[in-house]
This record gives sequence, C-alpha cells and structure tokens, in this order.
Amino acid sequence: MIQLKVNGMQQTFDGDPEMPLLWYVRDILGMTGTKFGCGMSLCGACTVLENGKAVRSCSRPMSKLQGAEITTIEGISVHGPHRVQKAWQEVNVPQCGYCQPGQIMQAVSLLSATPRPGDDDIDAGMAGNICRCGTYQRIRAAILEAAKETA
Amino acid sequence: MISEKNVEMNGAVSRAIENASRRSFLQGLFSAGALVLCVRIAPRGLWAATAAGTPIEGSAFHPGVYLGIQPDGTVFIVAHRTEMGNGVRTSLPRILADELDADWGRVKVVQGDGDERYGSQDTDGSHSVREFFDAMRDAGATARLMLVRAAAQQWGVPESQCVADPVHVVSDKLSARKLGYGELAPLAAKLPVPGKDEIKLKSPSEWRYIGKPAPGYDVSDVCAGKALFGMDVRVDGMLYAAVAHPPVLGGKVKSVDDAATLKVIGVKQTIPIGPFTPPHAFQPLGGVAVIADNTFAAFKGRKQLKIEWDNGANASYNSTDYKKELQETARQPGKVVHNVGDADAEFAKGGGKIIEAEYFAPHLAHASMEPPVAVADVREDRVTVWSPTQNPMGVREEVAKALGLKKEDVTCHVTFLGGGFGRKSKPDYAVEAAVLSKKTGKPVKVVWSREDDIQFDYYHSVAAMHMKALVDDKGMPKAWLQRSVFPPIGSTFDKTAVYGSAGEMSLGFDVSPFDLANFRSENGPATAHVRIGWLRSVANIYHAFAVQSFANELAYAANRDPYDYLLALIGPGQVVEGGAPKEMAAKYPYDTRRLRHVAELAAEKANWGKKKSGKGSGMGMAVHRSFLTYVASVVEVEVDDAGVVTIPNVYTVVDAGIVANPEMVRQQFEGAAVFGTSIARTGEITATNGVVNQSNFNTYPVARMNDAPRHVDVHIVESMAAPAGVGEPGVPPIAPAICNAVFAATGKRVRELPLARNGFV
Repeated sequence: MIQLKVNGMQQTFDGDPEMPLLWYVRDILGMTGTKFGCGMSLCGACTVLENGKAVRSCSRPMSKLQGAEITTIEGISVHGPHRVQKAWQEVNVPQCGYCQPGQIMQAVSLLSATPRPGDDDIDAGMAGNICRCGTYQRIRAAILEAAKETA
Repeated sequence: MISEKNVEMNGAVSRAIENASRRSFLQGLFSAGALVLCVRIAPRGLWAATAAGTPIEGSAFHPGVYLGIQPDGTVFIVAHRTEMGNGVRTSLPRILADELDADWGRVKVVQGDGDERYGSQDTDGSHSVREFFDAMRDAGATARLMLVRAAAQQWGVPESQCVADPVHVVSDKLSARKLGYGELAPLAAKLPVPGKDEIKLKSPSEWRYIGKPAPGYDVSDVCAGKALFGMDVRVDGMLYAAVAHPPVLGGKVKSVDDAATLKVIGVKQTIPIGPFTPPHAFQPLGGVAVIADNTFAAFKGRKQLKIEWDNGANASYNSTDYKKELQETARQPGKVVHNVGDADAEFAKGGGKIIEAEYFAPHLAHASMEPPVAVADVREDRVTVWSPTQNPMGVREEVAKALGLKKEDVTCHVTFLGGGFGRKSKPDYAVEAAVLSKKTGKPVKVVWSREDDIQFDYYHSVAAMHMKALVDDKGMPKAWLQRSVFPPIGSTFDKTAVYGSAGEMSLGFDVSPFDLANFRSENGPATAHVRIGWLRSVANIYHAFAVQSFANELAYAANRDPYDYLLALIGPGQVVEGGAPKEMAAKYPYDTRRLRHVAELAAEKANWGKKKSGKGSGMGMAVHRSFLTYVASVVEVEVDDAGVVTIPNVYTVVDAGIVANPEMVRQQFEGAAVFGTSIARTGEITATNGVVNQSNFNTYPVARMNDAPRHVDVHIVESMAAPAGVGEPGVPPIAPAICNAVFAATGKRVRELPLARNGFV
C-alpha cells in the first residue's frame, strides 16, 4: 500500500508497484493533463513536480513514491492561472499544445530554482522537453516574461 | 428541411448557402429560434487532392461551413477541420466573424464530427484557409444581411437604413435604435437566404479580424491541461490495448506464447489481429494485442509476449543497399516529367562546363508528440470512435470496412491532435481500436508507444536526386537536368506503384523556378519496402534540398555570391508554365517575381553579405514555392572545431497572399524552421533486414531547445493575392539553407542528409 499526495489530496495505491506515476495519474486518477510522449524520460511531456522539483512521471515507479507530494498541471492553477501559464498565454506559446503541460511544469521548476534565468539557464533547464511544433523561442520568451513577474 | 437554397456557379467552384435553422443536423447544439446557415462548396481542388495521394470524390455538393446565432447572442461556428497546431480553429472562424461583424468574444468554436455533409475534412496539403476563405466570408456576410433585414422588418424601416454597427448589433441610422444579434436571430431564421448578388462583402480596409493577429482560440485550455487530446479520451468501462506489430512490413505471427503476459497484474487477455491484405493502405499491420485495465499493464504485458514471426519478403530490405539502388537508378534516364527546350542537345553540343551532383535524403518519421491513439466503442451495428485524426472520413470508411458495416454506422469524434504532420491522416490505429472493441465487447483504447510510432510509421520517402547542368563561361546554366527517384506514396495504395505521381512531382520538381531555356525533369522507379506516407511538405523536402543545394554549388563554381547567383537564376521573373492544372494556374499562377521578391527581402532582413563568412560561421539561403506560397529563408550557422552546429538566426520571408491571421502564420513558420532543423541535423530512418533501426527520441533525435534555431524572424509580405498555404511551406527551404550555410562556414558540402551523417553534430 503506497500513500502519497497528488495536488494536495491524500491518495493510496495498491496496484502494480512498477506502474509509473504517469499512468497512475492518467489512467487511475483520471487526470489527463500530464501527457505520455516517450516512456523513457527523453521528451518531458510527462513532467510533474515531486516535492516541488520537476520529474519525468513516465519513469517514476509508484514503489518509490511513498509519502511523496506530487503536483500536476491540474494542481498549479486551483486559484486561477499560474504566472507561468499566464505568461504562456500572453506570448501565445502553444501550437498543438500536447507538450505544453510538461513544458510549463518544467518552467515552474526552473523558475523556483533560478528565479532570474539567463539564456543558458533556460537552455539547460528546458533541453529535456521536446516540442515537435517548434515553439521553443516562444517558450524562452514566456519564461523570461514569467521571471519578470517574480523579480 | 431545406427552406431556401441559393446556388452560385463560378468556374470550378460551386457554392450554395442554405438556411438550416430547422434541420436536425447538429441537433442539441442550437436552441429554438437560432439562425443556422450552412455553406456548401464543391469538393476541393484537384491539385491538393492529387498531391496528397488521395482519390478525388465525385461532384456532389458538400456543405463546408456551419454557423449559428443563438437567441442569447452566442455565435457558434463549427470547425469541421482538424486542429493540430495549425491554428485552424482560430483562423477560419475569424474570417467568418469578420464579415458577420460579430464580437469575437461571443464566438464559440465547436468541433465538427466526421460527417460527409461537411465535405472533405482531410486536414492536409495546407489548404484550409485557401479553400474556405471565400466560403467563410460568404457565410458571414449572408448572415449579416439576414440580421439587417430582420431588423428592418422589425422596425418597419427600409433595409438601407439599417447597418451592422459596430459589432454584434444592428443599428437604425436615423433613430439610433439598436437590436442585438441574439434578439434578431429568431426573426432572421425565418427569412429566405439572400442571393450572392445581394450580399456585399467588406472591402479589405473594413476588415477587423482578417489580417489582424490574434492568439489561439484554445490557448487557455491548452495551458491548463484541459484540452482533450485523443490520448485523453476516457469512456466508461474502457479497456486499454497495446499491439505487438510484426517487426517487418507484411510479416505474420507464426506462434505466440502469452503465458507470462497473462500473469501481469491488470492484463485481461491477448487477441491476435490478422495480417493485412496487400496493398496495406490504412489497414492495421496485424500482430498480437494485449488487453488490460490500464495502459501500463498493456505495455508491460506486451513485453512478456514470446512471438515467433514469419517476416516475409521485406526482410531482405537493408537501407544501405537500397540507397545504392536508388542512386544507381537516379543515374539512368527516367520518365520525363517536364521538358523545356532540348537539354540533351545542349549537353551534346558542349561549349561550357558540365557540373553534376547527387543528393540523397533518407526516410523520416513524423514523431508527433502524441503517438497514435484511438478509442472505439463497437455496439451492435453502431460504432463510436474518438480519434485524433486529420481524416475523420477515412476513420469512418476504414472502420466500417474492417467490421463489415456501412460508414453511416460509424461516428467519428475528432479530438485535438498532439501534432499530426500527416501521420494522423492514416487511420490504421483507429481501425485497431475498433477491431479490438468488437472482439472484447467493450470500449477499447489502443495506445501506441513511441517505439510503435517510430518503428511502424508511414514514412516520409527516401530519395536520390541526380542533377546536371551545362554552364557557360559566366557560370550560368545553358541546360539543366534534374532527376528524382523515391518509393512513391502511391505504393501504400497500389503495391505495383514505383513512379512518383504527378502530385508528388509537382512538389518542387516538375517545373523549375529558374529562367532556363533548356530544362528537363525526370523521375525514376523505386519499390517500397516500408509504408510510405505524406509528411509535412512531403516531396518538397527532398526536392528543395537537391535544387537549392545544386543552385548553391553552381554559384560557388561560378565564383559568385550565392544570393546574387540565385537572383540571376530566377531572372527578372515570369509566370512558369506547365506545372499546375489549368484552373489552379488561373487563380494561382506560379509567378517567380514573387519568389524573387521574398529572396530580396530575406537578404535584406538578414543583412546578407554584411557578416563575415568562413572560419566556422556562415549564411545560407534557399527559396522555394510550395502549397502556392513563396518562401525564402536565410539561415546563420556557427560550426565549432568539433563540428557542433548552432543556429543563432533564421530569417524567413513569406508571401502567402492574403493572410487570415498573421499570428498563426508566424507560429507556423517559426515551427517550420525547427521542423526543418530536425530534418537537417539528425532526421534519418534506416532499416536492417526489414526492421527499422530507430525507436525513440534517443535513436531518432529531433531538435531540442538548445539545438533549435535560437531566433526565427518571420516577415510576411503584404499581399492581396489569393490566400495560399502556410502550414507546410516553411519546411522545404530550411534544410538546404542550413547545408548551404554549413558550406559557407566550413567549405564542406553536404549532399546527403542529415548533417549527422557528415561529421556534424
């Protein structure tokens, strides 16, 4: 029996302990904002926060998550859009939008560790998140925009 | 019930608007008293259909556009085309809203299901705006006039006294009375549809939305993780499936041991899926499905399957040998596609230097971020499919065929697409879901892993190009021969197809943008050993790579600046004859003055020639016209001693005629620069013994933030020419422009894509 918190709600899980967090939130909890892209931590579409830090949920088995506090895209905007989401809208980042929840979660994590990121910080922080539509320059602009708000 | 009909015939395009306020179609969406109009247009142009390799439907009328105005003033516009990042749910409704003088904030966009009454819904070939621009305007202007007439009737004043002003209301010019669109809708719904000669379209100076930038309609939902993609569909009682596909195209299951699979927690059963009957077309590949109560269990169970395969004839396919075959074919005379003058006579005469070069571009996978996925619920003679699809009609037809039903028995709900790029025009994965739902008696969601996606794609074709020119003492070509060889998309539908279709050849190769007195294009045969399909900008990718690289090589051979030389090749500009069908050429002449213009602007934006070239930094240019749009890109590269290529800047200039939403256009061209960068740097699918060697983003890398162009500058030419495509035309110039820049920086010519094959990273 694994106990964890997802977006502040206490949850218990007694299924296959090898099940990655991704499929737990999507298929078991029915929260589909977190996306499946590669299953190997290569694309970042499944990024969520584990105890405040970005992780690839496709590669985090439930067995490792006893007592963890997980935040998904659904969890950052309970009281209206998060400043990163607002910046994303302002810059009109998304095209297809599928990777964007993962990009946003990664950016939230980046900004909490590095509130005023430079271009190299953004490159290093975001290189693990693929966008096949190619919205990278807008993602960069949105992160800089969101950083202004905290400054 | 159709209460009124107005038919307008205008050459190849026929159009009709119906008052559909009392029809049952779209029931549930509109309340009583709503004004509902549908606009019918004839099937889309021959050209786009041929290019996409799809058969052309008959001449039946098809409604293409629906709009409704509710008594509460809400304007519903049905998006009958697919949203996959192309911005179509924003751009098309805004065209209509403009002519309607509607308040954009009160417009709700509703996604249409797959329905023949919308006509072809194939969202491919970059044609949504160009095909529906006029129809959207007509629909909006017609509804506006009906609202004005309703107001005039209500007030008992002449129609000329009433205007739609400023938005969402009709005003009485004399008394300043106003009535909202919602209030007028019930009365307008009872009016006959005005004739085409009665409606007055706005002049471009009156446009409030067309040509003005606006963000995506769905942007807030997307950022909140609320947009429903195919991957996100959940249906009560749904099971999950993963399919072990035959590793080689056309392979069959010899034997299966599923004992270990059935022990996996959550796995319910395994189900064999039979092999396809050639040609494979959109049929499932066959294999063994693992059915489970969650996606992970299905994936885990699939890994435990022990399957012996009969790989079949394609097991002999090795891409290294195949490349040599294609290159050898490209050196032999091929089928003549287009001819101007007599190139052979000039070659024989000599009197100059012969320059030849061979180019090669490998297979590519689409790798949309959302892998193929679909949910099907098969009930007794009734099927519901939820699918991220560019081709909802194809879903209905193929599912019906596989289950022995009529397409009328199949409903297809179109979800958001997590990228499409042409992959999701092929509904094989939706058919898998339907077949498995029928066998289990439950709704089934088929989820493809990334490995499935990359190993079992409908690949962008591999191609070899042979180029030859005879140049005079100034280095200008007196004769030009170009030949391309690639397994055609037609092989997906006809196993004997080995030559490119007219459509494929029209994608950047049949005619030349250059002012050449003697020119011949040819195509040689190639047999496919994997599934071939269209990928964003299709054959333009390899064709533009060869033509624009060769032009660059000729410039250096002539010891001239590549940009100046490119302009000299284009010449003063002319209308190129012989490419498109006549009716297409009449509306969209291939005018190389526009190509020259985008080249000049791109050089200006990039400060061409003002930065130092060589010693690891350089600029490259390529121009290309595709999907009726003229594009020039200048790429700046820096190459370090280890061969690492970085791209600080891309300058793209676009002439796409009238642009519906410049913001969406900019996004498309920014994205195309990144897509093209992936093609140039690392894009390559190879096969050994019929098995594709790549399987995930580690072996099939695509551009990431740190290796994509840092900055893409998109300049849109102001134009009142007919609207042209924007989703795809940004892709073709990028790879040749990058390779030309790499040459300028390093002196190393890349004739075979990707850069990774040439010692660059």
